[in-house]
Amino acid sequence: MEFNRKTGCLTLDETLEAAEVSRRWSLVGGGKSPREVNAAALRTCDGAGLAFLWSLRGPAGARLDGLRPEIAALLRPFDSLPECPAEPVEHDRSLLVHIGHATVQILADTRAQIEFIGEFTSTALACCAKPRLVRWTDMWLVAQRAGVDALVVAGMVSFLTGMIMAFQSAIPLRQFGVDIFVVNLVALALLRELGPIMTAVVLAGRSGSAFAAEIGTMKVNQEIDALVTMGIDPMRFLVVPRVLAGFLVTPVLTIYSNALGVGGGFLVMMGLGFPFMALWNQLVSAVAMSDVMTGIIKSLVFGVLVAGVGCLRGLQTGAGASAVGVSTTRAVVSSIFLIVTVDAVFAAIFYAIQW
Amino acid sequence: MVSPIIEVRNLTAAYGDAVILENVSFDVRRGEVFVILGGSGCGKSTLMKHLIGLLSPARGKVLIDGGDIHTATRAEREVLLKKFGVMYQGGALFGSMTLEENVTLAMEEFTRLPPAARRLVARMKLALVGLERFSEHFPSEVSGGMQKRAAIARAMALDPAVLFLDEPSAGLDPVTSAGLDELILSLNKNLGVTFVIVSHELASIYAVADRVIMLDGKTKGIIAEGVPADLRDNCPDPFVRAFFYRRAPDAPSGGMP
Ligand SMILES: Nc1ncnc2c1ncn2[C@@H]1O[C@H](COP(=O)(O)OP(=O)(O)OP(=O)(O)O)[C@@H](O)[C@H]1O
Ligand SMILES: [Mg+2]
Repeated sequence: MEFNRKTGCLTLDETLEAAEVSRRWSLVGGGKSPREVNAAALRTCDGAGLAFLWSLRGPAGARLDGLRPEIAALLRPFDSLPECPAEPVEHDRSLLVHIGHATVQILADTRAQIEFIGEFTSTALACCAKPRLVRWTDMWLVAQRAGVDALVVAGMVSFLTGMIMAFQSAIPLRQFGVDIFVVNLVALALLRELGPIMTAVVLAGRSGSAFAAEIGTMKVNQEIDALVTMGIDPMRFLVVPRVLAGFLVTPVLTIYSNALGVGGGFLVMMGLGFPFMALWNQLVSAVAMSDVMTGIIKSLVFGVLVAGVGCLRGLQTGAGASAVGVSTTRAVVSSIFLIVTVDAVFAAIFYAIQW
Repeated sequence: MVSPIIEVRNLTAAYGDAVILENVSFDVRRGEVFVILGGSGCGKSTLMKHLIGLLSPARGKVLIDGGDIHTATRAEREVLLKKFGVMYQGGALFGSMTLEENVTLAMEEFTRLPPAARRLVARMKLALVGLERFSEHFPSEVSGGMQKRAAIARAMALDPAVLFLDEPSAGLDPVTSAGLDELILSLNKNLGVTFVIVSHELASIYAVADRVIMLDGKTKGIIAEGVPADLRDNCPDPFVRAFFYRRAPDAPSGGMP
């Protein structure tokens, strides 16, 4: 193609294709655009070429001379195509607008959570009245995947945490000659706080995310719609078995991690020269039943929270493949946030009732 | 005599041990509209996946413009892939991109067109399928038939020499479907695009097809090949005629137009 700047005349070659159009596109956007186009030679023209011709003729307002009828026919469908709107600009909004949007978002999210809790409670109560309504096989399958399959990772985390705490506290306590109290420290911290929290976080990462992804994919594929129109309540079909599994599995997993964590602490102490019986007697004297129960009650609540949030985020999934990823992330983040928040509430309550 | 653009030689298509098509051979000529027919589940989509190189033949070979996509090196493969565009039966649009972005994606990757040019080309492709007003919509925000049309627009993004369309008019209303036929014919005539179409719509087959082949699930092969009107009137196979007359194969013959 040749452009004569003086006469404003553009002469086209035999072909007009993407490679050339990319080089000469500035002709249609810039200030100095052709007024006349000699297209007599033009024989073949691809989509980019057509776009070039269209822009020359339309927005640039050039005259197309000698255009072959085949090519004119290709151009005809675009006669009424409106001009491209300008590139959408991200206009920055004021801080106030951002705060407003965020507030509305949080309120809507809270509302959705309350609705979910209400709906879940009513479904769960119905299931309590008629246990036949629960899909037990699904529940066992989920329980196995969330529980049995998590034994290794949950166990490792607790065992190592127990060991680390024992190592870290042995030296300062030895300075006071009370290193046997390492047992109190490790056992109480694990049983009351760390055991339930770590187990719940592992559960959130392994199972909460899986619930969200699973249900989210079903949502994207309209499988949830299919359930609803078949008259099957997704709450009962999908959510109840998962939450029930979370409720049953988490305390067991917590007791197991507590035991391994204390075992890790014991191992370190025995390495430092304490006999097992001394450690055991110290443990029995240090730990009251209320400490064990505190951890288990918490873990029950955490289990329900993590499973419930996973399902809720799954059900809230929008459209498209990336929405599933968003839901999964949200499930884990919300779970961890809720675990810590609820734990703080528990701490206040237990302090108030002197447990 | 120009060489055929697609050559299929003794192709056997199988999923594991389940053989779907056996010993199939045919050619698609340059610049024709070639339609693959057959009952549901007889292996039309499977055949198409072999043609475009998604599945490799159990036996036999598929040549596109003389090149075998299964034995090609990486560079050869890229050249071959740019020769055709595909519209999948389910649309397969990218859900996290607008329709316009779906169309511009390939241009972004394979051409050096400036953004404004890419957007204009995308909008022109969308205009061809009647979707210029929806370029900013996401696939989940348009109807099923519109998704189909957008998928055709995406397949055309790089102006391929061959377009594969898997059931383009299923789910479209008769008017839009006729518009699509016109589009196919216009692209075929004016740009010389070769089409390989899987279709059931008799009206559109008569309107666009230069040649058809009909697959059969029972014999796992081609039971008829030729010009549709000719097959309807002269094919000895009762199943083929039943297909063209839209009736159950064992219904009594006669009395049809
Ligand atoms: N991924 C797969 N694995 C195993 N078998 C498959 C697979 N995909 C398809 N099939 C089988 O291959 C056969 C042909 O399927 P195909 O999708 O090609 O049918 P089709 O002719 O396109 O039908 P339709 O008109 O319904 O789309 C079917 O019997 C199907 O069960
Ligand atoms: Mg198919």
